[in-house]
Amino acid sequence: MNPEELFLVELTVNGNPLSARVPARRLLSDFLRHDLRLTGTHVGCEHGVCGACTVLLDGKPVRGCLIFAVSVSGSEVTTVEGLVNNDGSLGVVQRAFHESHGLQCGFCTPGFITTIHAFLKENPHPTEEEAREAIAGNLCRCTGYQNIIKSVLRAADLIDSGVRDDH
Amino acid sequence: MKPSRFQYVRPASIPEAVVALQRSNSKVLAGGQSLTPLLSMRLAAPEVLVDINGLTELAGIEVRGSELWIGAIARHQEVLTHPLVGAHVPLLQQALTHVAHPVIRNRGTSVGSIAHADPAGELTAVAALLGARIHVASAQGVRDIPAKEFFVGPLESSLLHGEFVTGVSFPIFESSWGSSCVEIARRHGDYALAGVCALVHVDGGLITSATIAIFSVAGTPVVIDVIDVCDESEKLDQKVQSLIEPDTDIHATAEYRRQLVKTLVVQALTEARSNAESRRS
Ligand SMILES: Cc1cc2nc3c(=O)[nH]c(=O)nc-3n(C[C@H](O)[C@H](O)[C@H](O)COP(=O)(O)OP(=O)(O)OC[C@H]3O[C@@H](n4cnc5c(N)ncnc54)[C@H](O)[C@@H]3O)c2cc1C
Ligand code: FES
Ligand code: FES
Repeated sequence: MNPEELFLVELTVNGNPLSARVPARRLLSDFLRHDLRLTGTHVGCEHGVCGACTVLLDGKPVRGCLIFAVSVSGSEVTTVEGLVNNDGSLGVVQRAFHESHGLQCGFCTPGFITTIHAFLKENPHPTEEEAREAIAGNLCRCTGYQNIIKSVLRAADLIDSGVRDDH
Repeated sequence: MKPSRFQYVRPASIPEAVVALQRSNSKVLAGGQSLTPLLSMRLAAPEVLVDINGLTELAGIEVRGSELWIGAIARHQEVLTHPLVGAHVPLLQQALTHVAHPVIRNRGTSVGSIAHADPAGELTAVAALLGARIHVASAQGVRDIPAKEFFVGPLESSLLHGEFVTGVSFPIFESSWGSSCVEIARRHGDYALAGVCALVHVDGGLITSATIAIFSVAGTPVVIDVIDVCDESEKLDQKVQSLIEPDTDIHATAEYRRQLVKTLVVQALTEARSNAESRRS
């Protein structure tokens, strides 16, 4: 078989311009993990159902496992690593998860953090019902979700009280 | 669970796209929210993927004459929040709230959903019910396919090799028309076990037209004119049940789907009527 054709994929990931030459079939989630060594983005089901691979593409949450990296070359991507503050301290949603016990094994957490980060930008004062709806597309096999909903509401409170968040 | 190899083409114009699509075993890549899982599970293995995400002329949503045109790469989320859609074809937005989750809707396209011809897809039912026109381009030129000729079977449309959908036009409905989309899914955002879209025309408090499209109960959406039976629930159910062919699968039995349809049809018609009343006032 002929060697597989490679494409130059250039992304701005968490503010840094990064690139690699990859086959067209490289999923964005694998591009981040394997080619850029950013293993914060997790891969669970690889068919769009679990949400673990959710990253922000030009600010909007999308499934990393349902996009080919080559198709979004030139875009900005934010992963869970990019949501820490510039001084390395936890970003506000991450801190809320920490404080509210929003994670156990942590496998699902990167997808929740990115989804909730984008959600709170659109709706900074969600009701509990809205918080529940916002995470309905992500699966968690450990927590039973109650503490994740608390984390969403806690993050909203932290933002309101002016806690530092660089993103 | 990785896709097999394919050649990747990203055309910058429609003429370039139709040339690429002439290659054998080619497939269009739009939002990828249905196609990528099929590729990853190797249920599909096209040799050439033609990525239409660079065709920015197909990103719009516009009123064209008495129709609302939606371009092939307009995302579900854009259609769901666009004021022209809400004003002229509210059924699209009523249906889109049931389509997957916001994260999927950020990337998936409404036109791709129609092109995919999934009998469980809400938008296939919307296109069939409203009599949408599917605009198609190929190296041979362009043509329009009426929705009722477009859906041929489960995941099967009347598109020919080398053709792709550039956009879909929906007739504009004035405020004397009301619509609704109701469904039952195991979890919100999942494909429906059964669902119904309804469209009614109300004149002086009387219903003068009533049609429904039922999805997830046959290989294609089932469109039924119910104006003759919409006031008599038993006859309504008889007519509907005689025209659907639900299957049993791991999610629900055929019998259960029939029960759901019975309830959903009445609910959809009631909601469509009150939608017409609220659009008028
Ligand atoms: C977790 C999950 C839940 C979902 N739930 C629902 C749901 O409840 N209801 C629902 O309706 N959908 C659902 N979807 C599917 C989603 O709506 C897809 O976005 C949509 O069905 C396909 O649009 P796409 O742009 O992603 O198309 P793609 O995945 O890119 O393409 C799908 C198919 O259509 C063809 N195609 C796409 N565009 C064109 C075109 N312009 N011309 C010719 N062929 C074309 C492709 O070749 C491919 O065969 C779900 C998806 C996921 C991952
Ligand atoms: S790994 Fe992408 S949604 Fe599960
Ligand atoms: S914390 Fe383990 S899956 Fe969510």
